[in-house]
Amino acid sequence: MIKLSSPQDLDQYRYQILSHRRPDQPVITVCGGTGCHASGCHAVVDAFKKVLQEKASDNGVALRVTGCHGFCERGPLVVVHPKKIFYQKVKPEDVLEIFEETVLNGKILEGLLYEHPATGKKVVFEEEIPFYQKQKRIIFGNNGSIDPTRIEDYLAVGGYRALAKALFSMKPEEIIREVKKANLRGRGGGGFPAGLKWEQCRNAPGATKYVICNADEGDPGAYMDRSLLEGNPHSVLEGMVIGAYAIGSQEGYIFVRHEYPLALENIGIAIQQARELGLLGRDILGSGFSFDIKISRGGGAFVAGESTALMATIEGNVGEPRAKHIHTVVSGLYDKPTNLNNVETWANVPVIISEGADWYAKIGTEGSKGTKIFSLVGKVNNTGLVEVPMGITLREIVYEIGGGIPDGKRFKAVQTGGPSGGCIPESMIDLPVDFDRLTEVGSMMGSGGMIVMDESTCMVDVAKYFTNFLKDESCGKCTSCREGTKRMHEILTEISEGKGRPEHLDWLEELGWVTMEASLCALGGTAPNPVLSTLKYFRQEYEEHILNKRCPAKVCRALLHYRILPDLCTSCGRCAKACPEKAITGVPKKKKEKGEPFVIDQQKCIQCGMCLETCKFNAVEVQ
Amino acid sequence: MTHSEIDAIIERYENKPSSILAILQDIQTKEKYLPKEALERIGEKLGMPVNKIYRIATFYRALSLTPRGRHEVCVCMGTACHVRGAQRIVDQIKLELGIRPGETTKDRNFTLETVNCLGVCAAGPVVAIDGQYFGKMSPAKVDGTLKKFRSDKKKEGANDKA
Repeated sequence: MIKLSSPQDLDQYRYQILSHRRPDQPVITVCGGTGCHASGCHAVVDAFKKVLQEKASDNGVALRVTGCHGFCERGPLVVVHPKKIFYQKVKPEDVLEIFEETVLNGKILEGLLYEHPATGKKVVFEEEIPFYQKQKRIIFGNNGSIDPTRIEDYLAVGGYRALAKALFSMKPEEIIREVKKANLRGRGGGGFPAGLKWEQCRNAPGATKYVICNADEGDPGAYMDRSLLEGNPHSVLEGMVIGAYAIGSQEGYIFVRHEYPLALENIGIAIQQARELGLLGRDILGSGFSFDIKISRGGGAFVAGESTALMATIEGNVGEPRAKHIHTVVSGLYDKPTNLNNVETWANVPVIISEGADWYAKIGTEGSKGTKIFSLVGKVNNTGLVEVPMGITLREIVYEIGGGIPDGKRFKAVQTGGPSGGCIPESMIDLPVDFDRLTEVGSMMGSGGMIVMDESTCMVDVAKYFTNFLKDESCGKCTSCREGTKRMHEILTEISEGKGRPEHLDWLEELGWVTMEASLCALGGTAPNPVLSTLKYFRQEYEEHILNKRCPAKVCRALLHYRILPDLCTSCGRCAKACPEKAITGVPKKKKEKGEPFVIDQQKCIQCGMCLETCKFNAVEVQ
Repeated sequence: MTHSEIDAIIERYENKPSSILAILQDIQTKEKYLPKEALERIGEKLGMPVNKIYRIATFYRALSLTPRGRHEVCVCMGTACHVRGAQRIVDQIKLELGIRPGETTKDRNFTLETVNCLGVCAAGPVVAIDGQYFGKMSPAKVDGTLKKFRSDKKKEGANDKA
């Protein structure tokens, strides 16, 4: 590989890459994101490789495994270029037909197209699918077209152009001014203005400064950082190098959680390639500026994603947070000025530099500019990653992009902000989504998890779930957090088991308040949010558990009763076989004899619900 | 694990005490747990008290002081998986394997673990076995999925993968 030592070299190299690519070249792209992996894309890729090996030795058909397209619900996804025909739910047995019909003959296979849920019409192109129509994919858009393990692909779509611009036609102060003007706010949770942070770090005394990318995406229900690192790692690197130049840092770290092996692999390859080309390391592009990046792997502790805990982990200490009387921009990693931003924030930087702050600031609301990637998951038809302009309403996200709630059930709430966030009820579905509005209603942006809940989600159970999570993940340093989350969880468990008392609700509020006020870091400071927000908006549901010993959503096991309806039971005996406690008995039907309805022994029943799941005749009732 | 093998791992990280977590993770990957002798050897080589190493080894979920099974069954307990019934998946696996999260079966074939989020939220509930993802799980699918990893059914499992 050649070493690029000037911006002209970079342009020339890009030109060289593009000149080898024919716009009419047939390219098959298969989504290799983790969502598609879970639905079996590796088998589809293998099948394509086999077909190409056997049939396409000289007709120039290329296969590209790309990053996540976002529409994980419909995976594995395949796009056939140059026409960009979009196939969904592709199976290995479809591969030969795709190759012979679509790639070679340009024929569209109706059976693999997306069907518009309202009109029933078949949709051929990705951009015409309602899931994508309301999105604005300025950060995530290239994921579907580049192979993350090839730097040439990133260069072909204009990659590292912003870096050249920053290094050769902008002073560090100008870059900071531009980022401040764009009002880029941290996408990791707090929403702190990135430009201001950079400026403080630049102005902090000391020659050694560090730049860190936080890829310890720990919020359950959020996976946009994973998909960016896996699918477009160079965009994150480019942002970091620009930031390091603006701040005056020579050394950086990317802290990746160990649960993301593919992200670790791809970012490792990207760093290597960028170094070889002279886009990272000593004397970047011949500018005289040097900056290099090391990878640090997390150990599976949620709290280690907190900035000071993360820095402690990199130093080889236990990942516990410390008090931030002195900010990390002044004294962070190894007590040196340190600037930390998360993956998505860094990926926004090249866009701001190449398009300009004025262009960027036109997207979004007064206080929150640009776009935000959300992981739209839970009880919603179109699950996946969506990138939307700030200020879009929850209704647009859930109903227009997400396609509403499955199985005709009723929408109940959206949970945002992970364990630090809260549940937003149906009455607020027209809320515009940005940093400030979400905080106003008792939730927060967080890293962008958006978990849709329907009538079969119990809010007491959700609160219990988060306090369980937080009591396990609390590092234990502050008593308020260690004991507060534990006691809240105990009370919520009692409520969910039918042992709740009316005064419990007051206790929860008081415990929540103390935990919030007396804890050092944001984990404890926001830990009561899931409890307090559900108490505020769904108090009735708590009272139903306490006063009537009923779980309206039919989730809290101890409060449920399963019963077989004799009129509907066909005596097939399937439930009795599935029951792990052998609590179901009856006379099974034989060829000519009718058999007798089955019955559940309530003494033996453990409310596992296997009978309900296995019954094909809706004969199991739960109350 | 011999001393020279441990030393090789430590040298990969230039004998730096700051790389302690990475060193422990590499040993964990190789041995499937952290043997006591390994911790002592690291302490000697890095000049680090063993109690500090022990503190790190017990702080992170990725590390274990007891031997793990051949196959690691990881049930995702993320919010998206939770609202789609992840708890019932764990309950079912507990019944089938007769162990609780964090434990290993007697034949050392399976270790059951729960994780806070695997980041495959769209496909929830998700179970990962040895890094292979199984999406849209249900209690009824548990038996068939585990079967692919039961030692006596290894061959059969490889065939029905496709």
